Amino acid sequence: MMEVVLTVTAVILSLAAAGAIVRIAIGPSLLDRVLASDVLLAIIGATLCIDMAVNRHLNNLMLLVALSIIGFIGSVTVARFVADRREHPNES
Amino acid sequence: MNPEPSAVDTIIDTVSAVFMVVGAVMSLGAAIGLLRFPDLMSRMHAATKPQVLGLFLLLASVGLQLRTWWVWPVLFVAWIFQVLTVPVSAHMVGRAGYRTKHLHRELLTTDELEAVVQKAADKKTADRPDSGRQDPDKRAAHDDGPADDGAPA
Amino acid sequence: MSRRRISIRQELPLLVWLVFVWCALWQDFSPGNLLFGALIAVVVARLFYLPPVELGGRFSIVRAVPFAIVFLGKVVAASFQVLYLAVARGPKVTNAVVAVQLRSHSDLMVTATGHVISLIPGSLVVEVDRSTSTLYIHGLNVRSGEDIVSLRKEVRDAEAALIRIMGTREELAALKQEVGA
Repeated sequence: MMEVVLTVTAVILSLAAAGAIVRIAIGPSLLDRVLASDVLLAIIGATLCIDMAVNRHLNNLMLLVALSIIGFIGSVTVARFVADRREHPNES
Repeated sequence: MNPEPSAVDTIIDTVSAVFMVVGAVMSLGAAIGLLRFPDLMSRMHAATKPQVLGLFLLLASVGLQLRTWWVWPVLFVAWIFQVLTVPVSAHMVGRAGYRTKHLHRELLTTDELEAVVQKAADKKTADRPDSGRQDPDKRAAHDDGPADDGAPA
Repeated sequence: MSRRRISIRQELPLLVWLVFVWCALWQDFSPGNLLFGALIAVVVARLFYLPPVELGGRFSIVRAVPFAIVFLGKVVAASFQVLYLAVARGPKVTNAVVAVQLRSHSDLMVTATGHVISLIPGSLVVEVDRSTSTLYIHGLNVRSGEDIVSLRKEVRDAEAALIRIMGTREELAALKQEVGA
C-alpha cells in the first residue's frame, strides 16, 4: 500500500511544486514571488515528511524545522525590505 | 518496530496513508490558490492555511508510522514552530503588500483601513470602488474600471 | 541588568516550555535529562534576558483543551475553504479589509488573537494599531455586509475565548459583564 501512497503523493506534490514555480516565474510583484517560494519550501517540507513516514526514520526532522525557519526569516526580511524601499521610511 | 497485531497495523497504515494523501492535497490546494486567486492578499490566504494543516497531517502520519511515543513531542515542537511563524510571516508580507498597494481595490467590498489611513471616516465605504488611498478626494466612485495596480514590477 | 526582575513564578511557563523543547529534541524524558534541561533553561533565561511576557496570571486548562480542539477543527475548515474557493471561485473572489476593535489592551492578548484569527477561516491580519488595540483584518470571500458582521463577530469570539483561557481577572470580569448585559 505504501508504494501506491508514495506514487500518488509524489504526483500531487510535483503538480503543486510546478504550480508554485509557475507563480514564481510569472508573479507580477516581488511579494508574490516570495509567497510562492514560501509555498515551494512548504512543499519540499511535505516531501521530507512523506519520506520519513514511508521509510520510517526521523533523519529529516531537523532539516524540516530549519527549512520552515528559513522560509520565515526569508519572507519577513523581504517584506521589510520591500516596505522600506517603496515608501518613506518614517514610521514605527 | 514492535510486534503488533496485523489488524491494528493495517488500520494505522490506512489512517496514515489517508493523512499523507490529504496533506499532499493541501499543498496542491495552496498551489492552485496561488495560481488562481486574483491578488496578493487572497494568495496569502492560500499560502498560509493549507500549509499548517498539511504539515500537521504529514507529521501525524510520521508519528503513526514510527509507532513510538517519544517522537510525538519532537513532531509537536516542529508543528508549534510552524504555527507560530506562519501567521507572522503572512502578516509581514500582507502589511508590506497593503502599503505598497499590491491590492486590487475593485475586489474589495469594503476597506476600513483605508478610511483610517486617509483620516476620512467615511462610514459608507461599502461597495465603493476606490482608485487608491493616495487619492485624497472623496467625490464619488471613480469609473476608471479595474485599474491594474497589482503589477508594479 | 538594570531591568526589573521578574519572579520565578512568572517565568515558569517559559522554563517549562524550554525544558520540554530540550527533552523533545533529545527524545529523552528521563529524570536526569529533565534536570539537566531545567538547569540549562534557568541559565539561558538568566543570561539571555528578554523582556518578560506579561502573562495574565491565570490559565484555565479546562477551557484551553476544548478551545484547542475547536481551533484545530477551524484550521481544517479553513484549509478546505481555501481549497474550495481556489477551485470553485478562483479569480472572482471578493475580499474586504475590516477593522475590529478588541477588548483587551495587553500585547500578549492582541498577539494571540492575531495568531488565532490568522489561522481560522477567511481572515488574516494586515495591520495592527497598538494604541487602540484595533486589528485590521483581510477577509477572504467577503461579499456583503452580513459577511463583515459575521467576520467581526468571529474575531471577537476568538478573543473572548482567549480571555477566558488566559486573560487577566479584570478582562474576564469585563467580558462577563458584557455577556451578561
